[in-house]
Amino acid sequence: MIPVVFGVILVVMVLLDNTPGDPARQLLGDNAEEWEIEEMHKQMELDKPVLYRYGKFVWNLLHGDLGISYFTKSPVWGNIVLRFPYTLLIVTLSMVLAMLIGIPIGVYAATHQYNWKDNASIFLSLFCVSMPNFWFALILVNIFAQKLRWLPPLGIDTWKSWILPTVSLAIGYAASLARQTRSSMLEQIRQDYVVTARAKGQTERKVIYKHALKNALIPIITIVGSTFGMSLGGAVIAETIFSIPGLGSFTMSALTSRDYPTILGSVFYLATLFSVILLIVDIVYGLVDPRIRSQFIRSKRKQKSSGKSALASADTEA
Amino acid sequence: MKKKKNRGHSAEVWYRLKKNKLAVVGMIVIIIVILVAVLAPVLAPYSYDKQDLMHTFAKPSAEHLLGTDKFGRDNLSRLIYGARSSLSMGLGATVLSCIFGLTLGAIAGYFGGVVDNIIMRFCDLFSCVPYLLMCVVISAILGPSLMNAIIAMSLAHIPGSARLLRASILSVRDMEYIEAAKAIDSPHAHTILKHVIPNAIAPSIVSITMGIGGCILSGATLSFVGLGAQPPLAEWGCMLSEGRSLMRDHMELVLLPGIAIMITVLAFNLFGDGLRDALDPRLKN
Amino acid sequence: MENDNLLEIRNLFVEFHTDDAVVHAVNGVDLTLKKGETLGLVGETGAGKTTIARTILGILPKPQGEVTGGEVVFEGEDILKLPERGMRKIRGDKIAMIFQDPMTALNPIDRVGDQIAEAISLHNQIGKSDVRLRAMDMLEMVGIPRERYNEFPHQFSGGMKQRVVIAMALACNPQLLLADEPTTALDVTIQAQVLNLMRDLKKKLNTSVILITHDLGVVASICETVAVIYAGEIVEYGTAEQIFDHATHPYTRGLFDSLPSIDDKDVKLKPIKGLMPDPTNLNPGCKFYDRCEYATAACKDTHPEALDIGEGHLVRCLHIDNGEGGAK
Repeated sequence: MIPVVFGVILVVMVLLDNTPGDPARQLLGDNAEEWEIEEMHKQMELDKPVLYRYGKFVWNLLHGDLGISYFTKSPVWGNIVLRFPYTLLIVTLSMVLAMLIGIPIGVYAATHQYNWKDNASIFLSLFCVSMPNFWFALILVNIFAQKLRWLPPLGIDTWKSWILPTVSLAIGYAASLARQTRSSMLEQIRQDYVVTARAKGQTERKVIYKHALKNALIPIITIVGSTFGMSLGGAVIAETIFSIPGLGSFTMSALTSRDYPTILGSVFYLATLFSVILLIVDIVYGLVDPRIRSQFIRSKRKQKSSGKSALASADTEA
Repeated sequence: MKKKKNRGHSAEVWYRLKKNKLAVVGMIVIIIVILVAVLAPVLAPYSYDKQDLMHTFAKPSAEHLLGTDKFGRDNLSRLIYGARSSLSMGLGATVLSCIFGLTLGAIAGYFGGVVDNIIMRFCDLFSCVPYLLMCVVISAILGPSLMNAIIAMSLAHIPGSARLLRASILSVRDMEYIEAAKAIDSPHAHTILKHVIPNAIAPSIVSITMGIGGCILSGATLSFVGLGAQPPLAEWGCMLSEGRSLMRDHMELVLLPGIAIMITVLAFNLFGDGLRDALDPRLKN
Repeated sequence: MENDNLLEIRNLFVEFHTDDAVVHAVNGVDLTLKKGETLGLVGETGAGKTTIARTILGILPKPQGEVTGGEVVFEGEDILKLPERGMRKIRGDKIAMIFQDPMTALNPIDRVGDQIAEAISLHNQIGKSDVRLRAMDMLEMVGIPRERYNEFPHQFSGGMKQRVVIAMALACNPQLLLADEPTTALDVTIQAQVLNLMRDLKKKLNTSVILITHDLGVVASICETVAVIYAGEIVEYGTAEQIFDHATHPYTRGLFDSLPSIDDKDVKLKPIKGLMPDPTNLNPGCKFYDRCEYATAACKDTHPEALDIGEGHLVRCLHIDNGEGGAK
């Protein structure tokens, strides 16, 4: 995945070149002279071909240098480091909240399938998933910040400022997680091993939680990974609405002002982060599911002792 | 003695779909919204950008059933025209991404090998960045406009639809009943048409339906942050953005378009869910 | 009447409710089982065999499955009337079940030994290490090395998984073992191994067994009594000798006739014409009516009673003459 990120950078660079919007013009203003703009272009190396700039970007990147922002004149990496913690906070808080709400609801719906409670929770989750989360955010702001004045509508002054952004993002993800958990649970509950567990005389409670749920949660691990991706995107919007100085809003303003180094640096950072998280999720999945774990171990064993491998993997069959 | 009717496959699907009341409600709402969008010039009492600065923020009345906004524009008309813009974003992005995505997925799934690999790497390009971020970046770079937002959303969506169809084709292609069909000497094309396509396409159909709802949402989100439809277009996300600054005293400007979005997307989701249950009832219970 | 019957099923009726219709799965079944006896329950797929087993154990799918009549008397008590708590004590301990598909019957993320241990610790108040030891003993009893306690199901082949399932079922030394097509999903050679294992164990532990199968060969190798079930009814019942040597009911005879014989190389296979009747729409008379060569008008409307044609050999047919069912 990570080499693909480099491909994305190239695509973004090409796009930036071939679409309207000139950072030099933005910086120097409308009254700038042509020669001033060309000078600026030279400084920004925008007169050089795209592949050259791309190569230079990658070279610098591999040496830990993400360039200097056109606008703030400060290193892009420094800005990222400064602003990312806020984004991380929103993302983590909303995901944790989403999991705490969504997964139990999904389990509950699955175990009460022919009840009105199941239908109600399906409808409720669909409802929350169909709602634009920024709209929900606005409503929350209206009620809690403007009318009731319990919570601040913007900024990050107190710990209370984080409540509205987190909740507005979490609801949508919770609903989506609830639906996924429910269908994963339902699939497990129908399995033969659940009947076996009941036939042993196990209590229904243990059958659901000890047997079905543990199996159902395994695919949910991958869902968590993609939810993380969604929340990175959602954080961009939330930061804009709630004026949080995170990486999302930083990227947005860089896009508007055509600050190429910042755009490229942010995109690279976020894309790499996303890829790494997906990788970690895959690894965790592999560790948790014994079927995959043993495949992994078996292939390692084969690598180590190619001579004895035929015997080693044959002894588990009977 | 009651005899059970023997229905064909698509009639069976239709029958199961009709039994799901929520899905039927969703379908009706979708049809209504589409009609509203198509017939907007006929239905809306005013044009979406007709200002009346003497009657700003009017309360609901006979002349303005839902009141007016800060420029005196009729809210009801703007909602009706908004259906056009929002729906065109949702449908446009989905259709565009399907044309490319499904084609790529079908080619990758059916031919496999090197072709498959190349197409999958290409898809990886667009999916290594989270979806919304991708949409934001591409539409910001292309320039804020409704059309560019549609292009951005389609590009971000292509990998998803390609992968889905590819996965379906891969799983169906190796299934035993295909082998059975070959064993009785069914010719290739016949096999594909009769067996592979109906079963492979089912998840994609569901995904397309839900995708329209999702694109309406992302389209509204993009417009809300200034990257999609631009004022004075009455796209629902745009209306939300305009209403935001006036929220304190005129919450209806935020509530109305939001409810419109929600009802429409909910309808697509209900229908999509019902469609999924109807296409594969085993998944239901 | 002497009663060393371990299990008595009397006039059992079970229905399933679906969206469209009501499925009459079990229609007035009577069965008795003595201690140590092995009964073969033979019938085609959909005849109601598995339903009977699940009803005995009380694990019918709710809410679709419903017992609409009859009794299941186990050790003198009607267990259909037991509350769930009571049934749970019996499940796994006094009555155990082994399932058809060993590939999916075990929890994929639990260690094999722990799954056996679970059955033991649910019904015995003994310490963890003793439970573990007993579980390992069970593994050895079914021919699996005790060191494999910590392995997972996917590390075993189909035949070995089924052995684990057997170990799990027999762990608490149950009085009654319900074996639902235990060898159907296995290769023929493995089938023989598993059947031998079952035969040895049931002798050693004096377990009564109800063996559900559609395979007459399996019945022949291990069952003492046989009940033939069709459309939710027992149509013929007797000892293995009575059934194999003097099959009377037209369906039973059809089953035996349809078996290919290695001696008649040129003779065409003789299937029973037609299909199993629609369980939502059963004939009130004889349920085998539309597939029977010997059917008469009377068979369509009159429901045949179970007649004793000698020494406990029961047949449900209106036309029995000289040990031939369907005689005119």
